Amino acid sequence: MGTATHPPKIYWRTCAALMLLLALTWTIGYIDLGMFNVTIALAIAIIKALLVALFFMHIKGSSRLLRLAATVGVIWLLIMLSLTLSDYFTRGWVPLNH
Amino acid sequence: MSISISPASSQEFVAEQFDDFAQQRSAAQLGMWVFLATEVLFFGGLFLGYTVFRSLYPRDFAAASHHTDVLIGGVNTAILLFSSTLMALAVRAAELRNQKQLIWLLLGTSFFGIIFMILKGVEYDKDWTGHLVPVLNFEWYQPNPGHAQIFFWLYFAMTGLHAIHVTVGIFLMLILALLARIGKFTTGHFTPIEIAGLYWHFVDIVWIFLFPLLYLAGHR
Repeated sequence: MGTATHPPKIYWRTCAALMLLLALTWTIGYIDLGMFNVTIALAIAIIKALLVALFFMHIKGSSRLLRLAATVGVIWLLIMLSLTLSDYFTRGWVPLNH
Repeated sequence: MSISISPASSQEFVAEQFDDFAQQRSAAQLGMWVFLATEVLFFGGLFLGYTVFRSLYPRDFAAASHHTDVLIGGVNTAILLFSSTLMALAVRAAELRNQKQLIWLLLGTSFFGIIFMILKGVEYDKDWTGHLVPVLNFEWYQPNPGHAQIFFWLYFAMTGLHAIHVTVGIFLMLILALLARIGKFTTGHFTPIEIAGLYWHFVDIVWIFLFPLLYLAGHR
């Protein structure tokens, strides 16, 4: 926050890390790891999103209020996902007489 | 490792409801983050639909994903990541009041956005000739064409909504570059560049998730 500016090195390093992670996820996409493919792909995507949020969007070093606003968006998404999926994934667990 | 910049000396860009520049800036940042939270849920509905249908029809989704152009998708990911880097540097240039650098970085950001959209157009054209457009032009010779169509519905809805956001971003950066040319943001008033940057980085993050889910799901 405030009026301090980061050296450009931080942005180029973040860029390099993002490109490396892209190369990694692209390569792993061609290797058959069964159900771990999607797990690893999502883990890498989350790391990339965090890098962008922390260093490009300056969540690192920002006020608690902004961190809260950023986190809340993700938490609402998780609520929506978990409530809906808990319906779809448990259908058929209880036999119903129609 | 940070350079201190003296606070904005001229305050004519501080609106009357704010005490000072810092307060105006943090209000703008909070407003943008709240908007981005609504955007997370806007795209989130599509990601939710994707998760539900992929878990219902994993094999058909993998087969359908095999027909996406992973090369264009991957190159476009790199283009957006690079464009985001230029955007982050543009915010820095505005804060340092480096007008020339700011204009070039904003033009660079929108240039790579345009390249992304051109490649997206090439890709949509290939999808059309490959008969992968649901309802309008869809032919499927593998099992369960209905399930494959659901994948392509989601593919076009998600990439289409994302493409609309990229288009908005391109125009935003071009308008900001024009305003930067008349010296709007190099008097210490860099907040609009910073806020637009948050939007552009968000659009980048959406694509970071679209690439593995839509393109890589069926290429092993």
